[in-house]
Amino acid sequence: MYDIQHESKGLVSHGVNACAGCGLELIARNTMEVLGENTIVVIPPGCGSLFSGYGAGAAMKLPGFQGNLENTAACAAGIRAALNAKGDKETTVLAFAGDGGTVDIGLQSLSGVMERRDKVLYICYDNEAYMNTGIQGSSSTPYQASTTTTPTGKPTERKSLMEIAIAHDIPYAATASIHNLRDFRRKVQKAKDTNGPSLIHIQTPCPTGWRYDPARSVELARLAVQTGAWILYEYENGKIKVNMKLKNLKSIEEYIKPQRRFRHLSQEDIEELQETVKKNYQRIMDRLEYMEGTV
Amino acid sequence: MQKQQEKHMSKLKKYSVLGPVATTFTASDTGSWRLERPKVVFEDCIKCGICAQVCPVDIVEIRKDEKECVVFNFDYCKGCGICANECPKKCIMMVPERSEV
Ligand SMILES: Cc1ncc(C[n+]2csc(CCOP(=O)(O)OP(=O)(O)O)c2C)c(N)n1
Ligand code: SF4
Ligand SMILES: [Mg+2]
Repeated sequence: MYDIQHESKGLVSHGVNACAGCGLELIARNTMEVLGENTIVVIPPGCGSLFSGYGAGAAMKLPGFQGNLENTAACAAGIRAALNAKGDKETTVLAFAGDGGTVDIGLQSLSGVMERRDKVLYICYDNEAYMNTGIQGSSSTPYQASTTTTPTGKPTERKSLMEIAIAHDIPYAATASIHNLRDFRRKVQKAKDTNGPSLIHIQTPCPTGWRYDPARSVELARLAVQTGAWILYEYENGKIKVNMKLKNLKSIEEYIKPQRRFRHLSQEDIEELQETVKKNYQRIMDRLEYMEGTV
Repeated sequence: MQKQQEKHMSKLKKYSVLGPVATTFTASDTGSWRLERPKVVFEDCIKCGICAQVCPVDIVEIRKDEKECVVFNFDYCKGCGICANECPKKCIMMVPERSEV
């Protein structure tokens, strides 16, 4: 029934209409490569849906379904239930949604999956705004970043998806970054093997929305980790593991200078942002260390 | 859009599906977007394969035994330049697509 009109190395077509230098494209390829053919994918509207289909054509050799922005996790849970009814425990059900579709609009259905313990692998690719509809701010947009709905910089901090997942005490949750693909692939494999809901939250540099030279996608992902703006850690069976503890944080300027979404900041603003990032990093580290100790 | 898909699906008599369904695995002509193309100084290349790993389009191939050891598929390369930026030996240059270099 599926008409293969293009030859590709992996499960994803080489000609996908994602912008040049898009971090999401790298994530999608690596994810599908680790999960393999025996996977059903649910992708809501957003840049991710460039992979599931447009008109009669699709860019993945996997069966999939595009639900609504608010019910990705619920659709995945339904597919899981049907597979279970057929006695199929092997097939992976992947929900692959953006930050808007996860931390804002789809949060209730994700919470439902986490509470019911459905065996669904949920990956949130976080490009830190509603990119596909023209860069509107989401609750994952970082403090001070300019978007079309926060033109003078977002006045509030981002929501912590990981801490929401930890509050549900799911068996496996992790953050990841495209500058360390090996670590990301290990986490996808681990999530796939988890018997229950698993979540991966991966930062996704977006040249169009963050307004930087597309060549720097991987470099910026690395700088985000080195400056403490993005923290790599895992939560597995009640235990926290910080993947990269930093002795000294790099100056946040190195990370924000190439991105024109931070261009409006004055020197004073940058210093204030630096303090906020440092404080936030310390706050999360303290909390994680506390949790490492208690469970 | 719904109608267009129904027309498409009605050709496949064996299956009955309502609503839009994608039934072909295709590729867009993303090579036509390119403004700059990667060009490798092969003598400096250490064949580490990092350029191939970080390519979002997955069109870089390392051929360890050949003199031209890094090969790009220019049908799909968008010219983003991540390979050049991440190369540890800095031996990939981005050259304007229409130059004679
Ligand atoms: C309930 C609902 N509201 C709004 C939209 C319009 N819409 C389509 S894609 C999109 C952006 C989604 O953002 P995100 O999930 O962050 O994915 P990204 O585009 O950034 O990849 C929006 C708002 C929709 N499809 N459904
Ligand atoms: S807008 Fe951003 S996330 Fe969407 S395809 Fe372009 S680079 Fe990727
Ligand atoms: Mg987004």
